[in-house]
Amino acid sequence: MNIDLSRRGFLRLAGAGVAATSLGAMGFGEAEAAEAAHVRAFKLATTTETRNTCPYCSVACGIIMYSKGDVKVGEKAELLHIEGDVDHPTNRGTLCPKGAALKDFVHAPTRLTQPRVRRAGSDQFEEVSWEEALDDIARAIKDDRDENFIAQNEDGVTVNRWTTAGFLAASATTNETAWLTYKTVRSMGIVGFDNQARV
Amino acid sequence: MTNAWTDIKNTDLVVVMGGNAAEAHPCGFKWVTEAKAHRGAKLIVVDPRYTRTASVADYYAPIRPGSDIAFLMGAIRWCMENDKVQWEYVKNFTNAAFLVRDDFGWNDGLFTGYDEEKRDFDKSSWDYQIGDDGYALTDPTLENPRCVWQLLKKHVDVYTPEFVENITGTPRDKFLTICQMIGECSAVDRTMTSMYALGWTQHSKGAQNIRGMAMLQLILGNIGVRGGGMNALRGHSNIQGLTDLGLMSNLIPGYLNIPTEKEPDWQTYMSTRDFKPLQPNQTSYWQNYSKFMVSFMKAMWGDAATAENDWAYDYLPKLDVPSYDILRMFELMDQGRVNTYFCQGFNPMLSFPHRGKITTALSQLKTLVVMDPLETETANFWQNHGIHNDVDTASIQTNVYQLPTTCFAEDEGALVNSGRWIQWHWAGATPPGQAKHDTWIMAQIFQRVRKLYQEEGGAFPDAILNLTWNYEDPDEPTPAELAREMNGRALNDVYDPADDAKVVAQAGNQLSGFGQLRDDGSTMAGCWIFSGSWTEDGNMMARRDNSDPDDTGMFLKWSFAWPANRRILYNRASADMNGKPWDPTRKLIEWTGEKWEGYDVPDISPTAKPSEVGPFIMNQEGVSRLFTRGMMRDGPFPTHMEPFESPMQNVFNKKMRGNPVARIFESDAARLGTSDEFPFVATSYRLTEHFHYWTKHNVVNAALQPEFFVEISEELAAERGIKKGGRVRVWGKRGEVWAKAVVTKRLRPLICDGKPVHVVGIPLHWGFMGAAKKGFGPNSLTPFVGDANTDTPEFKAFLVNIEPAAEEPVA
Amino acid sequence: MKDTATGPTTAVSNPPVQPMKAYFDTSDIVRISATKDVPQPTRQLEKLAKLIDVSKCIGCKACQSACIEWNDTKPEIEENVGVYENPHDLTPNMFTLMRFSEWENPETDDLEWLIRKDGCMHCEDPGCLKACPAPGAIVQYSNGIVDFIHDNCIGCGYCVTGCPFNIPRISQVDHKSYKCTLCSDRVAVGQGPACAKACPTQAIVFGTKEDMKAHAETRIEDLKSRGYDNAGLYDPAGVGGTHVMYVLHHADKPGIYNNLPENPRISPLVEGWKGVTKTAGLAVVGLAALGATLHGLFSRGNRPDDHDDQAAETLVVERRDPENGGHI
Repeated sequence: MNIDLSRRGFLRLAGAGVAATSLGAMGFGEAEAAEAAHVRAFKLATTTETRNTCPYCSVACGIIMYSKGDVKVGEKAELLHIEGDVDHPTNRGTLCPKGAALKDFVHAPTRLTQPRVRRAGSDQFEEVSWEEALDDIARAIKDDRDENFIAQNEDGVTVNRWTTAGFLAASATTNETAWLTYKTVRSMGIVGFDNQARV
Repeated sequence: MTNAWTDIKNTDLVVVMGGNAAEAHPCGFKWVTEAKAHRGAKLIVVDPRYTRTASVADYYAPIRPGSDIAFLMGAIRWCMENDKVQWEYVKNFTNAAFLVRDDFGWNDGLFTGYDEEKRDFDKSSWDYQIGDDGYALTDPTLENPRCVWQLLKKHVDVYTPEFVENITGTPRDKFLTICQMIGECSAVDRTMTSMYALGWTQHSKGAQNIRGMAMLQLILGNIGVRGGGMNALRGHSNIQGLTDLGLMSNLIPGYLNIPTEKEPDWQTYMSTRDFKPLQPNQTSYWQNYSKFMVSFMKAMWGDAATAENDWAYDYLPKLDVPSYDILRMFELMDQGRVNTYFCQGFNPMLSFPHRGKITTALSQLKTLVVMDPLETETANFWQNHGIHNDVDTASIQTNVYQLPTTCFAEDEGALVNSGRWIQWHWAGATPPGQAKHDTWIMAQIFQRVRKLYQEEGGAFPDAILNLTWNYEDPDEPTPAELAREMNGRALNDVYDPADDAKVVAQAGNQLSGFGQLRDDGSTMAGCWIFSGSWTEDGNMMARRDNSDPDDTGMFLKWSFAWPANRRILYNRASADMNGKPWDPTRKLIEWTGEKWEGYDVPDISPTAKPSEVGPFIMNQEGVSRLFTRGMMRDGPFPTHMEPFESPMQNVFNKKMRGNPVARIFESDAARLGTSDEFPFVATSYRLTEHFHYWTKHNVVNAALQPEFFVEISEELAAERGIKKGGRVRVWGKRGEVWAKAVVTKRLRPLICDGKPVHVVGIPLHWGFMGAAKKGFGPNSLTPFVGDANTDTPEFKAFLVNIEPAAEEPVA
Repeated sequence: MKDTATGPTTAVSNPPVQPMKAYFDTSDIVRISATKDVPQPTRQLEKLAKLIDVSKCIGCKACQSACIEWNDTKPEIEENVGVYENPHDLTPNMFTLMRFSEWENPETDDLEWLIRKDGCMHCEDPGCLKACPAPGAIVQYSNGIVDFIHDNCIGCGYCVTGCPFNIPRISQVDHKSYKCTLCSDRVAVGQGPACAKACPTQAIVFGTKEDMKAHAETRIEDLKSRGYDNAGLYDPAGVGGTHVMYVLHHADKPGIYNNLPENPRISPLVEGWKGVTKTAGLAVVGLAALGATLHGLFSRGNRPDDHDDQAAETLVVERRDPENGGHI
């Protein structure tokens, strides 16, 4: 509490309150009174709703995302707020402390927005184009696989596996991403394949 | 989960053991509070810590980390001794009556057939006596000393309340009160539900913990009924889906298996998968294995998979070890035997045990590719962050690619919740900057690799070149295309097996369910258990009708649940031998005299007569298993084992350390600590304010729980001179961490075998990236050893020491 | 704006996205800080209340999280000081806070972890409003909501002094006082507060005060059946009842819930304090708003005297002193 509570302080600070006070005291006649003394405007008016599911635990709570702009019609959409979906049978609109703060996960200061590479021995990331990054990665895959692919084991049995590469799949990506990942990884013969089920 | 979140409201007793639902799954836990409010249900919590779940429990009991099997076997013993058994269920729906081979036994903490050299059992004696007709011998009276029931009775005999108290530290009176509460649920009109999570799985005998409770639930008649079940609370939003889709070393979507080297051809592979019934008239649904498998091969390789080439069987890798799980891969990496590694939304540097080893292993890679919406410690493992990541950056020769991905808000598709509901969601925000969908990234990588093989040739290109990739835009397959592919469609007309003139699915059409799958190449399906999710009627996963007739909690018209939109697995077991519900107020399905019908999709052929066909249709027995034959590596019954790091010796066998068949690499065995040096038991866990290592990036959650801490009892604090809020150092055989101390009454020393055991609680949400204060995770301390069956790391019981740390150490 | 919202009866509802006229407004104000003889509304809105069932609360802090998100506040990322409370206290950026007490029940010898969501109680007889010297800085609507109008706040801290629950906090940045608004902006369009909507176990529920009291009865009955013989409702009469109420398993001992006052009442100093608040602002109006039509109310304004100021200062100091049980 730093404010000097002297009468002078009152006089100095009361300015901001004048309009509301006088109007308030005078019986709320004018429209301005409503402006000054009323609760803040409802911030979700004229936003676009989208149904989604919380990406954290396996309860899979239904959520509603409120955005300015609508991706469904090709607009750029900025997420403004997230709330539980009352229509959802499991969570009935409720959310836990993580789910209730999902907007700030999407807007985290440490969200990644740019492909980057850290070269061997370097102490920093450098920005790189998607094209370059993906070409480099494809080349690394090809070279490693060609060199280390095991077509047959010592007994001459066809085994077609590649053990010098591994792939850790996510835990919150969609089934569709998972299936595409499965196809890609298995077609290459990768056996060091795992997900987050155990941890 | 055998059941669904919304079904928990139907229970009379909730047992939370091996989990902390209120903290880790708050909105699912809502249904516990509903059961309490509307049914007068009771909640029991058994946990080393008095958790936030315990704060709303009717009854709480402490337990020593890693001693759950003793508790559960003690509870089974108590129920058997006190006639708290749902007898009709046990006799008809379990293998209690099955006779076991005469050479099976248990001695000195070990089942028959142990080979110390191999750290493995010869499991041949762990089997039924099979008659000349090929069926298992049984004794419906349960009196034969070789029947499963009698063997189980003998097996649990040692687990007296005194024994349980000695091992677990749970006071005897508390243990007995819980037994009584549990025992009441053997009545047909009372059910109990088990809600567990990584508190049971992250042990070197995690699978046996779960077996223990599943057996108890079967004895009480609580599987397949409303308000019952074994409910694994999965940790992540789609880890159920990723497991269903087989993104593991040894799996194929829908719980099929990647072949091993011992199965060099299709015929050999299929020869061990005929799943012949072990009792007359049983369904043994896995007899359809070849239909699921061929349809998968057709989904992968289309026209290149033919009957002539055994459905491109050679395209599948063959394993030389049971699995290249994460522990094995990081062991290989540490030995310099891995060059290229991908982390898609995964942060192994904080998720995997023995962080020191993870760091040196990552440093051996040539290329690390990280796809994530956020900064991760893994992507930055080469950065020096003082005590929080003390590495020599210049010496690390790994190229690290960091690819920005979208997150949930910006993408479309389906996630599978813990109750197997596959729910579709829609994008509502524009991706930030250059962030891209994971599907786009995977397609880009694959297309580029395929192009290189097309242009240059190389090692076995066939499986790559022939992979089905018939998407409208090959650069970015749509979620709808991929979902339809998983559901499966008819490649040729599919006919009714009972009437070969009748077409059940026209060529080119989406299949309506896995019943339409064929093993002649006329169908394809990426994941047979998802069949029915996107049919000719459209996207069933996007359904949003939340009606629930008679408030059963089934919600059959909301999204789609695998398998076949069924909400409670084994639901035929909710009715008696005549097909009448055990508890009419909790009816699920019922036999009308002609067919099964009710609130849920029957988990049995709709016309299978109740007196003939057993309810556990996936099992060759037709019934459930109290005795698991040779299906688990560490025994057909759960037996008490100590954690690899424990303050106590195994009471059955002083030579035995941890799980005698859990795999442990040599270098890691040498890095196990003992209680003379590390006298305190540590356990790891989540806090409700955070999700894993993600929300430390969120300024809101970081404000709600800002800094790494450990929890200790007032007694331990006094013993070590540690003050509330003071800084402490916690160290073990593999590493050390610094933390704030939360000194609490919620942890108390346990008395085991007459001696106090102190527990140190270590939450897991901190690292060196994000908005929260820099900190550590328990994985700096945990042992590099996993469960014998699943290789899930032993995060929940290990040894540490603790001391006050006056100043923040400087790197 | 097409529709006019109806008053909320529950927090279980998805917010509207179409523009909507509020169901209550300034004409429903029944009390204004530092203002005498407020013309009374022509209608009486149904009294609302938030009911917090401490026995169902799992201490997850979803209420804190939802509060931050709805109100766009930015609580600091502090340190761990050996407890679960974070932030460590209510702040101008944290209107509600889970407070944790480890209590050993002497009757059963069992540990009970009592977790109480702290925040504004929206007193029927609001001490903050009565203590506030800034005209129009605090208002009370006929539905029971006590709201701060920040434009009029002078940051003097008298509201903290006047509050029997020690709730409002003064921002060091803009020198305004902040507290829970009962999400008046949500309520205005028929929604419940963000915390009640989010609460996973519905330990926080919202509706008409009458409904909430009836609901509390069923909860108390359930608790009594589980052996909590002294379960009861906390709706303290000393402040005329509150529009945020608690169900307590040990209603005979509110103090064990992190010092919930046994019998809260407005300090006699505030009650006896002769209209400091009714005057200061209006006096200024007299000087500053020349030319305004003077209303009859104006002439009733009095300048505060030294005694009033002193009394207020004493109160503030007392409340800040931890020895006197202050929380700050």
